[in-house]
Amino acid sequence: MSEARSEILARIRAARITAPPQAPPVAPPQAPLSVSPQAPPGAPAPVGLVGLFCERVAHYDATVRRVATDSVAENLGSLIVAGSKVVAPRGFPQQWTAGLNALVVDGEELTKRDLDGFATVLSTCAVAVAETGTVILDGGVGQGRRALSLLPDHHVVVVKESQIVAGVDDAVGKLDPRKPLTWISGPSATADIELVRVRGVHGPRRLDVVVVGA
Amino acid sequence: MGEGLLFGEGDFPTRARHALADGQLRANLGAATTTIRERRAAAVGEVADWEELRSAGARIKDGSLAALDEMLVDFEEKFSASGGVVHWARDAQEANAIIVDLLNRSGAAEVVKVKSMTTQEIGLNEALAEAGIVAWETDLAELIVQLSADRPSHFLVPAIHRNRDEIRHIFQDHIPGIGTGLGNDPAELTAAARSYLRDKFLAAEVAISGANFAVAETGTLGVVESEGNGRMCLTLPRMLISVVGVEKVVPRWEDVGTLFQLLPRSSTAERMNPYTSTWSGVTPSDGPSEVHVVLLDNGRTNALADPVGKEALRCIRCSACLNVCPVYERVGGHAYGSVYPGPIGAVITPYLAGVETVASLPFASTLCGACYEVCPVKIDIPSLLVDLRAKHVAEANRKPLRSSEKVVMSALAWVMADAKRWQLVNRLGPLLGKLTRYRWARLAPLIGRWTENREPPVPPAHTLRNWRNNHQGLGEGMRHE
Ligand code: SF4
Repeated sequence: MSEARSEILARIRAARITAPPQAPPVAPPQAPLSVSPQAPPGAPAPVGLVGLFCERVAHYDATVRRVATDSVAENLGSLIVAGSKVVAPRGFPQQWTAGLNALVVDGEELTKRDLDGFATVLSTCAVAVAETGTVILDGGVGQGRRALSLLPDHHVVVVKESQIVAGVDDAVGKLDPRKPLTWISGPSATADIELVRVRGVHGPRRLDVVVVGA
Repeated sequence: MGEGLLFGEGDFPTRARHALADGQLRANLGAATTTIRERRAAAVGEVADWEELRSAGARIKDGSLAALDEMLVDFEEKFSASGGVVHWARDAQEANAIIVDLLNRSGAAEVVKVKSMTTQEIGLNEALAEAGIVAWETDLAELIVQLSADRPSHFLVPAIHRNRDEIRHIFQDHIPGIGTGLGNDPAELTAAARSYLRDKFLAAEVAISGANFAVAETGTLGVVESEGNGRMCLTLPRMLISVVGVEKVVPRWEDVGTLFQLLPRSSTAERMNPYTSTWSGVTPSDGPSEVHVVLLDNGRTNALADPVGKEALRCIRCSACLNVCPVYERVGGHAYGSVYPGPIGAVITPYLAGVETVASLPFASTLCGACYEVCPVKIDIPSLLVDLRAKHVAEANRKPLRSSEKVVMSALAWVMADAKRWQLVNRLGPLLGKLTRYRWARLAPLIGRWTENREPPVPPAHTLRNWRNNHQGLGEGMRHE
């Protein structure tokens, strides 16, 4: 145990005497405050969670499409630029990649620079949030390691309707914090120059979301 | 006491005067803060229970501060159990020494950095440079600031004081291989930064980050960002070092849900920022295999020991208070002379570094209260400012040195303590006014600084008292002498 550690902890305990806390240690648990889905004034009310999710994703300059279970492969094929290099994590459903000849499945032998050489990465997700148009990856089956969904310039995420929850608190409740999580809301962006929003800095510059029934 | 780059040379009035004289700066700032204020109002207006969310945010942070020792020990246990290494640093110097030592042992001569207020606070880049280690700032605005050897002036948009033409020049002068062909379009400038940094990300062995929060219950750290430079730094290198203020810890995993709703809307006025990453120690074959966290005090326990000041430790560095502040809007971040500018900077800096170190900062406010209204964790900044002003006055009273303000105030107290003296002065006032023909301020060098920007009030020809004496019949019942 370091000297710094014990000194800092001692100072914190001493502070409780000079400035006694008014609040109970640890806030009392409360019902999650999920922001109720609200349409912006004037806009037609979105139909249910899936509709809201799609609307909010589209708001970020990402494309979003709802497709039937049996037409995923076809849709993925149409999102990929012909002849470009595509990578997918292990466990990404094979029936969805049927038409993709040049697909590479990620493995330990692929270096960072190899990953950087792919144009497109395909992945699934763990949870999606309607209210904020967010997809969350937790490294589970079909999602891959974090570098994989980061280095290619184009990310296609397949979301199942059943994975969409209403609010941020609902998502937090479903996620396992021991896994490395990546919350993605639209393509990477910056507003660092005169607050002008520019799409695409270091993360994928193009994000396509495919929502599949059930 | 906090140290490092917490505070700079000189006082606020001097720096503010300098900033106010810069027309370009005022134009850049005015345009930017107006835009971001409007956007924030819209993003917050969309949330039906915003006020309850704010209260929840305040409650979570207060609850954590009330048992901070247990929170930190808990965090340490969980983070270490999953392969992370926890270090403790009492001050900036200690934190820098820990990091330099880790880097020396790793053999890395270069590191990539994610924007972090905390590493600015401790002057990490300077300490690394001294140790011969090159640190690359990878956030676009931080890169602009670093390339031009400037200082950040805003939490969120550190180069808010620069416009596109200035940035174009900075890139042309400092990024190798960029010719005069570079335009001033923000998209083009951003693309230039992307290609410049790409290779650094791929080559980096070590990254340094801050964290927006730490979860005690699960040993989780999180970084909230927009550009993806955070993801690059948190994911690609072999080793990751995160510098985290002790006040960043929250008790439970579920608490991050509240923070995730408060922070993006307050900060970038978005429903959600593009990327948020969380990690709890090391994940085998995903991301860095060596993960360190440096828990930093650097004055935070000072603030915690202050019954009023500890409220400032709730801050989640969203920067909403900067954007609404009429003082910040005009003078910009540099005038505060601290890495923490704006209303929150004016309170957190003195509580961390000691009131007398930065005595002029608590006066850098009109106490209009706009900062409190927007603060997502309900920090009552105006009350904190008043508390700090009182502390400064109490400190000044202990000193034998007499300020003109003190001379005037004690004279006034002596006069007002006695009715006879007060009457005499009342009679003298109008006389003085007549004598000096409205220019009496010149006779009073004592208040020269006060009258520099204000019209001095002219003593009236008649006082209320002598008016009443001349109208005996009207005020009969009010007489007490
Ligand atoms: S004091 Fe409040 S408004 Fe200001 S930066 Fe901190 S959290 Fe945001």
